[in-house]
Amino acid sequence: MTYAMQKLAEEKVFKDPVHRYIHVRDQVVWDLIGTREFQRLRRIRQLGTTYLTFHGAEHSRFNHSLGVYEIIRRIVDDVFAPRPEWDNSERLLCLCAALLHDLGHGPFSHSFEKVFELDHEEFTQAIILGDTEVNAVLKKVSSAFPQQVADVIAKTYDNKRVISLISSQIDADRMDYLQRDAYFTGVSYGHFDMERILRVLRPKEDQVVIKSSGMHAVEDYIMSRYQMYWQVYFHPVTRSSEVILTKILHRAKELSEHGYEFAYEPRHFMSMFSGNVTLKDYLNLDESIVMYYFQMWEEEKDPILSDLCHRFMQRRLFKYVEFDPSKEYKKLNKLEQLFREADLDPEYYLVVDSSSDLPYDFYRPGEEEERVPIHLLMPNGELRELSRQSEIVDAISGKRRTDHKLYYPKDYLMDDSSHKETKEKIRAILGVSEH
Amino acid sequence: MMKDHARLMKAFSALGEIVGRKKLQKIIFIAKKHNYAFHEKYQFHFFGPYSEELTLRVEELCNMGFIKEFNEKKSGYYQYRYEVTEEGQAFLEAQNELAAENLTPFLKNLNEQSSRFLELVSTLLYFDTLEMDARIEKVQKVKAKQNYMDEEIAEALAYIEQLNQLV
Repeated sequence: MTYAMQKLAEEKVFKDPVHRYIHVRDQVVWDLIGTREFQRLRRIRQLGTTYLTFHGAEHSRFNHSLGVYEIIRRIVDDVFAPRPEWDNSERLLCLCAALLHDLGHGPFSHSFEKVFELDHEEFTQAIILGDTEVNAVLKKVSSAFPQQVADVIAKTYDNKRVISLISSQIDADRMDYLQRDAYFTGVSYGHFDMERILRVLRPKEDQVVIKSSGMHAVEDYIMSRYQMYWQVYFHPVTRSSEVILTKILHRAKELSEHGYEFAYEPRHFMSMFSGNVTLKDYLNLDESIVMYYFQMWEEEKDPILSDLCHRFMQRRLFKYVEFDPSKEYKKLNKLEQLFREADLDPEYYLVVDSSSDLPYDFYRPGEEEERVPIHLLMPNGELRELSRQSEIVDAISGKRRTDHKLYYPKDYLMDDSSHKETKEKIRAILGVSEH
Repeated sequence: MMKDHARLMKAFSALGEIVGRKKLQKIIFIAKKHNYAFHEKYQFHFFGPYSEELTLRVEELCNMGFIKEFNEKKSGYYQYRYEVTEEGQAFLEAQNELAAENLTPFLKNLNEQSSRFLELVSTLLYFDTLEMDARIEKVQKVKAKQNYMDEEIAEALAYIEQLNQLV
């Protein structure tokens, strides 16, 4: 029997709070889970700094990756397998791509990518195609298999139906993270009837569609997504911690570029500072290591680095006011000037942060949009775009919601022991009072 | 502060007028690939490299009143056209920290090309880590619906060479 077809002597199961059980029968999948690159995902939180807002959000990318794998396994084995439109030779490719889709995420990905100009998707490709344990497992299937898995994840694989299972507006990735993040944060949003959605999925030539009888379950999923973005993912306190984390990395990088001598040499960061990150360096970094440095840097003599690390570690976060860049960017210039007068570097202590979400959108023929729509399979075999059938989805289709906030250290501004007059002016502009 | 918005505003200002969202997406991607300081993250989509971040930033610039987006019907379908507003010009002038790199000749050259051609150029650049034969084969596979001729691909590769001289 070929390695691709090899089954474990006995099915392995992982207990899971979202899907109850995650089932593994394929030797390839079991071997991938055991690789060092996949095990590393245990040390990277799924929601980054969200645990500072929702204390339960400590779950990892390992949990989520297994969850996405399980959803795809249920779709291909339980729903698609008996259907003549489904080509079962794509089964293993779907399972592996689902399992490995987030493999390149690093610690606190969002901030690291921004500051060091990294791209976790490029690292996913590098891990799958490079000299790694994951690549060795995939190569045992066939010499072309690693590239096929990488192509599905990069959305450049020939078969668009396979891609749409892993990444589209209703895909296994989103279905897992919405439910998992809701479970671990403890919020009541994020729940929808996934079993129902899976039962009504149908494979078509170059996409996966939904039987029209499942429309209400899909509406529920889209509303869950909308609520989770604004209640959890864009929570202003989480964004404050993300702002501070980003500024710590900026400061450490800037200091390194100016030849600053760290009391605790940031060995794990050096290649990031110089912009020459190797795959080995990248894989050696996880959240525990980052937190170790932050704790050490609390003792650094540079007052900005030390203060920002203290704020992050002890959760002394920045406060915020609503900010409208179109009307207030001149106010921002004034505030920057006043911050400098008060000996506060605005580059680190006055930050505009924006969040934006488009809950659902669809490609209109003749336009230049890029979102693949969700299609309903009508009883007469016709396909209809979701928002044409659903008034609820139509109401939010193509409507982006954006929110801008201005973050600042309220504790500094309330301390009148220095620069009293300047701080009073800043407080007046920001509308900050004691309470 | 708002440096990424300012960089885009600089590009809009250099381009004067730009017709088509797809064209805008490809121009910024190609400029980014030639080491101009744009930080919008790109992924592979329908029409080649596409950045959701860029779409978002352009919408924000419209909402801020710094650029104006016109939706015009042309040859049976809608196209978007962008222009910098007076307010946008004032914002740009207030951005004294912006690097003085001269983007204009590079961007103007791209703006003179067709949207279909830029789609091909940007897709070839997206796969620039592949060997040449594999790269062409990949582009033909993922862009099968566009049905690019061998001559067009050769022209696009020559154009990429020409762009390298402009940087």
